[in-house]
Amino acid sequence: MYAQMVKSEATNDDPEKLAAFQERIDRGEKIEPKDWMPEGYRKTLIRQIGQHAHSEIVGQLPEGNWITRAPTLERKAILLAKVQDEAGHGLYLYCAAETMGVSRDELTEMLLDGRMKYSSIFNYPTLNWADIGAVGWLVDGAAIMNQVPLQRTSFGPYSRAMIRICKEESFHQRQGYDAIRKMAEGTPEQKKMAQDAVNRLWFPSLMMFGPSDKDSTHSEQSMKWKIKINTNDELRQKFVDQTVPQIEFLGLDLPDPGIKWNEERGHYDYTDPDWSEFFDVIKGNGPCNVDRLAARNKAWDDGAWVRDGLLAHAQKKAARKHAAE
Amino acid sequence: MKNEWPLWEIFIRGQHGMSHRHVGSLHAPDAEMAIKNARDVYTRRNEGVSIWVVEANHIAASSPGDKGPLYEPSESKVYRHPTFFDIPEEVGAM
Ligand SMILES: [Fe+2]
Ligand SMILES: [Fe+2]
Repeated sequence: MYAQMVKSEATNDDPEKLAAFQERIDRGEKIEPKDWMPEGYRKTLIRQIGQHAHSEIVGQLPEGNWITRAPTLERKAILLAKVQDEAGHGLYLYCAAETMGVSRDELTEMLLDGRMKYSSIFNYPTLNWADIGAVGWLVDGAAIMNQVPLQRTSFGPYSRAMIRICKEESFHQRQGYDAIRKMAEGTPEQKKMAQDAVNRLWFPSLMMFGPSDKDSTHSEQSMKWKIKINTNDELRQKFVDQTVPQIEFLGLDLPDPGIKWNEERGHYDYTDPDWSEFFDVIKGNGPCNVDRLAARNKAWDDGAWVRDGLLAHAQKKAARKHAAE
Repeated sequence: MKNEWPLWEIFIRGQHGMSHRHVGSLHAPDAEMAIKNARDVYTRRNEGVSIWVVEANHIAASSPGDKGPLYEPSESKVYRHPTFFDIPEEVGAM
């Protein structure tokens, strides 16, 4: 999940209006930007959509890291297209957040100075080409688990952004699986790299869904408002169930000895990730937190003259046109 | 950071013969760049044959509160729908 631990905001609104609002949501109506909405709904969604958008943008960094070193020209073109899609996902989501009255620059500033978060997964490094395959397959796979139900979320612009994103995601996951499959079926060294990538990225991928439901205090209100559709544990289980056979197909070892089919539950049992590591990464102490934020800050600062120059040019042109009329 | 590029609403004609449809928005310094950016953001997979861009602050919109006065009058004019009229079967398709 790209938005983890989104704190839902308390709401101090007129109870009658709140009840009418809840009825609209229960009827399955979409809430549009100009409609009345509780302050808590607005604030929680800005935080959630913003965090989701930031994740798409920061998520370009670990993959961008390998574009120039892709093993073939075709893989390079594919990865480039995939990373470009992620930029697009970020833009769709920023626009959805902006309809709620926050500006793009405010959102950017909050990412750059650490007031807003992005998914913990992007604070892990991509050490080699096998990691790129594993990221597309596992990380985008986990994101899809969360994004598919969110297409039905109650906020219209968010739902429409999700529909657009979901259309593009399956390419991401397939290209990743295809890349790692090549390695798993390759030389013994390549297979070892594929195994190592799965081993390293497995638990961080499980963490993407956020802490266990019993520790996740903010779910209830968000689920009532349909800005969260499934619980963290439901989605994590779904992801495990879907992914285990995919690992087996590659002929790789399962990355967790605790994975076992549970006949009674009809699901795979698995070992929970180390949540202390998760909280540590969220706090800023993951292997790449500092690098990621530094890269985003540098990009923003280095681009300032382009943004200013293009705007000045546009304003001059408009003034000249105005004077000629 | 005060110099934010204006917001543009993007409309795309998906296929020849269809209307332009609102697909989303983006920021750009001017109309020309808005079209270029829209090409990259909204038509990466052949989604369009034509793009319109409109600066968002030029769009006037009805407000949700006007829903009643705007749309309710049409509810009482059922005769505007063809199914209001019974045409005998013998008359044939009409
Ligand atoms: Fe994405
Ligand atoms: Fe993706």
